Amino acid sequence: MLSIVIFLPVAVALVLLALPRAANRTAIRAWVATSAVDAVLVVALWWRAARAGLDGRPAGEASLPWIPTVGVSYHVGLDGLSLPLVALTAGLFLACAVYSLRETHRARAFAALLLFLETTCLGLFAALDLILFFVFFDLSIVGMYFVIAGWGHGQPARAALKFFLYTFVGSLALLLGFIGLYLAAEPRTFDIVELTRQAPLAGNAVGGTLVLLAVAVGLAVKTPTVPFHTWLPPAHTDAPAAGSAILAGVLLKMGTYGFVRIAMPILPDAWRRFATVFVVVGVVSVVYGALVALAQVNFKRMVAYTSVNHMGYILLGVGTAGILAGGGEQARTLAVTGAVTQMVSHGLITGALFLLSGILYDRGRTYDMDAYGGLAGEAPAFAGLTAVAAFASLGIPGFSGFIAEFQIITGSLGARPVATSLALLGILITAALFVWALQRLFLGRRRLPSPDAGVVPAAATGGFADLRPHELGAVAPLLLLALVIGVAPRFLLDLIQPAARAVVGLIAR
Amino acid sequence: MTALLWLLVALPLGAGAVLAAAGRRADRVAPAFAVAVSVLSLAAAGAVAAGRPRVEAPFLAGIPAGLAVDGLSAVMVLTVTAVTLAVLLSSAGEVGPGEARGRFFGLMLLFAGAMLVTVTATNLVALLIGWEVMGATSWALIGFWWRDPRRVRAATIAFLTTRAADLGLYLAAGAAVAGGVHALELRRLPGAAGPWLALATAGIVLAALGKSAQLPFSFWLSHAMQGPSPVSALLHSAAMVAAGAYLLLRVEPLLAASGWGAPLVAWVGAATALLLGAVAVAQTDLKQLLAASTSSQIGFMVLAAGVGAAGVTGGTMQLVAHAATKSLLFLAAGAWLGALGTQRLDALGGAARRVPAVGLTFAAGALTLAGLPPLSIWAAKDQLLAAALSRSPGLYAAGLAAAAVSGLYAGKALAAVTGQADGVPAGAGGGGGWPGTRRVGAAMTAPLVALAAAAVALGAFALPPVAAGFARLLGAPAAAPAWWERLASAALATAGLLLGIALGAGRLGAAGPAPAPVPAPVPAPVPAVLRGWLAGWLGVEGAVRRLLVRPTLALARGLARFDDRVVDGAVRGAAALALAAARLSATRLEPALDGAVRAVAGGARRLGALARRPQTGRLHQYYAQAAVALAALIIVFVLAR
Repeated sequence: MLSIVIFLPVAVALVLLALPRAANRTAIRAWVATSAVDAVLVVALWWRAARAGLDGRPAGEASLPWIPTVGVSYHVGLDGLSLPLVALTAGLFLACAVYSLRETHRARAFAALLLFLETTCLGLFAALDLILFFVFFDLSIVGMYFVIAGWGHGQPARAALKFFLYTFVGSLALLLGFIGLYLAAEPRTFDIVELTRQAPLAGNAVGGTLVLLAVAVGLAVKTPTVPFHTWLPPAHTDAPAAGSAILAGVLLKMGTYGFVRIAMPILPDAWRRFATVFVVVGVVSVVYGALVALAQVNFKRMVAYTSVNHMGYILLGVGTAGILAGGGEQARTLAVTGAVTQMVSHGLITGALFLLSGILYDRGRTYDMDAYGGLAGEAPAFAGLTAVAAFASLGIPGFSGFIAEFQIITGSLGARPVATSLALLGILITAALFVWALQRLFLGRRRLPSPDAGVVPAAATGGFADLRPHELGAVAPLLLLALVIGVAPRFLLDLIQPAARAVVGLIAR
Repeated sequence: MTALLWLLVALPLGAGAVLAAAGRRADRVAPAFAVAVSVLSLAAAGAVAAGRPRVEAPFLAGIPAGLAVDGLSAVMVLTVTAVTLAVLLSSAGEVGPGEARGRFFGLMLLFAGAMLVTVTATNLVALLIGWEVMGATSWALIGFWWRDPRRVRAATIAFLTTRAADLGLYLAAGAAVAGGVHALELRRLPGAAGPWLALATAGIVLAALGKSAQLPFSFWLSHAMQGPSPVSALLHSAAMVAAGAYLLLRVEPLLAASGWGAPLVAWVGAATALLLGAVAVAQTDLKQLLAASTSSQIGFMVLAAGVGAAGVTGGTMQLVAHAATKSLLFLAAGAWLGALGTQRLDALGGAARRVPAVGLTFAAGALTLAGLPPLSIWAAKDQLLAAALSRSPGLYAAGLAAAAVSGLYAGKALAAVTGQADGVPAGAGGGGGWPGTRRVGAAMTAPLVALAAAAVALGAFALPPVAAGFARLLGAPAAAPAWWERLASAALATAGLLLGIALGAGRLGAAGPAPAPVPAPVPAPVPAVLRGWLAGWLGVEGAVRRLLVRPTLALARGLARFDDRVVDGAVRGAAALALAAARLSATRLEPALDGAVRAVAGGARRLGALARRPQTGRLHQYYAQAAVALAALIIVFVLAR
């Protein structure tokens, strides 16, 4: 069933492309239907896994030989780390599909491309083979390149090229690391489960360091961490709304997921040795990302930098999981659980924020916050939803962001008190920047963007239209899910915790 | 019984969320609905106060979300729900049909629910959840009239200041995990290991001081007055600011165990009580005066938390008494703001007579606030000052001085509203408030009367049996103030009150009909600089802006430039380098390599051309060539032999 979940979207995409006369609306509706079916199947998988318990064996596991001479197989399966991310992917793609119901510009190609992208994302999280992981990793970069270049605004070609080349170079470093792992394994294989069991390079300091360096750089570019993050702001600012939501919500998680799936379990020795480096990089990302976001005037660019900030927390959590002294096992499990929760939470909330920024652009044709004012009077539902999303993003309890950040901070303080205390500043700065953004956009005196350079935004002539049904139907469920996780997190944490404990145990080997 | 405890917190939270989300569509039913919910909450509070249940729900790994009602929590839930009911009832009359009632009442209920979570929380997680939600809803409530940029800015300042202090709770939670505190329970915090105990204490103290607008965080309370008066009546008298004091009273054992926590807290409380009392005296706006006095009165509670278990009784008494008194005073100020259109002290002359019900209740509240016997705040202060005396005479003296100062500002406020109406037209000066509430209806006066009755009746705290019973309820010892302590505080409060009335009346006489922006000369030897410093809330905000806010914004902008120019510049530079290398290869290397290949080909071509030279077609030249070749061969043969 897992393979059906993974490949159904691309199958529908091929059908869509084969039909030359498919109307825009039909294509998007087909996309919505496919994503909905996939989401339902994922929920069924979750239900089954939650009832049966995962007890070590991946759910929905399938294994077929692919390139036997180098030990590459089509090996997929879900466990407590990947199942939440697969669910996140399915949900976020469905939301983007609903959001795009009114898309008219080459909708058939758009739908097909995003369905293809959905397959690559689902495939990556389900992959239990390094080369399979890498293939989906690169294909997702290709898919997103076309989304940005073909449907973006501003300077889409340039932003797409920068995104593609930067993350592609990162993926090459990743491949180098994977090959290093392969060569060190005895017997040689690319299988993640097998490599985790073996932990090759366990005693090898130099080899372990080099391989971890390669893998970490590749994942750090994707995450992104400071200083490899500069592809993110232009890619987000110039991408279409649905593209940004997927980029932030799903693609960024590929980097962090790689840390907990590959870097930590397979290279426990090297991870323990360099855990502090990851903690430092995480804290720097947290503070730097928040500060630079604070200085932004472009709303979407600001949200992009907050992604850097949120990913920094994840790195802080997984970094301190490698520091055995100073924190007990409970603290480290808490940190890793928090990191995975943050992946899901950030996907939901920042995905919603990017869809909302898409609505802003649709009405006013600009992201400049100073061009707007007092929108709460024009579009109260939009203002309310954005305020909810903003507060959820800054970590107010009641939403998933708090659950994640609280676990990361409480789990990390014992091991690295100074670093974690610095990371706390990120909470304050993100509060400031979001409240300030809400102030500039929605409160105060009414102001709408003025027409310039011949582009007359609808806002200048007819006011700022409030949320349309498809926009509400896309964003509200994401935030509702974040609320549910924030208030009743057990259904998610029951899945993540055992896997997090397993990872912590693997690191301590 | 456990279900009732869940209901107690879930009902206001759920109802508030529904109302707030429904927004304008719920405007008609919102007031009645909200009042009904608060009545139910009060009933539930009564039930759980009697039943003392304890609940727990799984939340995080090893850290459940726990709520419980013990003696202190019982007092708190009753106080919070009662004041909420009073405020919402008053708001039902005050908030007109054109206002966004759904949003207002929804947010107020959400806030009340969060406060109830805070005061029933058994561990740091539940506490932090209620704490932060209170902060978020307070932003939305202070900035309720969002079209006014000034009010929105005020809300942001209040929110960010308290959020900065809230980081302390995160620190405390992390320290509790590291220190092995089981389930992060508040009562187990004193058992934290080693240095984590100190960090947990520091974090909790920081968060509590910030939330309760103690020094140095007091300035946010001044900005919070930009919100509607019912908001101030609930948040800034009985609930949010009291939460910090409640927390310190709750973790008094932790403060004692840390060694340095209790003295620090006690002295900060005493300093705040004294200094903010002086700030209150220097204010020219009624709400600002009340705000500063709130900070000062809570300073007493904070002081009580730092003087040992006996202080908990007095501190809790003060909390309840102050809740009733201050919410009464804020509601009255709001009523006058609506009826007269101003809250400037020198423009409120005759207000008490204009609306007698409000005037009488306000007078009762002001007298209580001054600390006059036998009213509630006097009784409470005596309790906590007695506990302070047993710890440190210095603290006791500071507390007494602060009690005298509270008489001063209470008297000033009283004089302002009972003084001569000096012909300043209504609507001059203040502005703001709910539009169109010229009348003060029954819905507004009934809560005022109830609160005034409570403020007066709670003077029973002074009676030893009542005090002992209350102390038993809280599980803390009761201090027994000696007769001379009671006399001293009574005398000082009375003296302060009379002096304050004189000050207020004298100022009104000198001010004249046109209020000047700088306060007119007061018949007291206070230098203008000091007065300005006090009136400006001790200038802390300016310092924070200069030392923290502006540098941070400058740093943010600098880092953004650094990110664009240096970090991204490096990437662009790498790309440019790659392109330059490509161009170099194309224009230099390729031609060079290709040139080598072409040179070889050229050489071969030249050799070929050279080889064609002997092919002349002339027979005699061929004979000559053959002869030369033969000769060469013979020479080679001869030599090779």
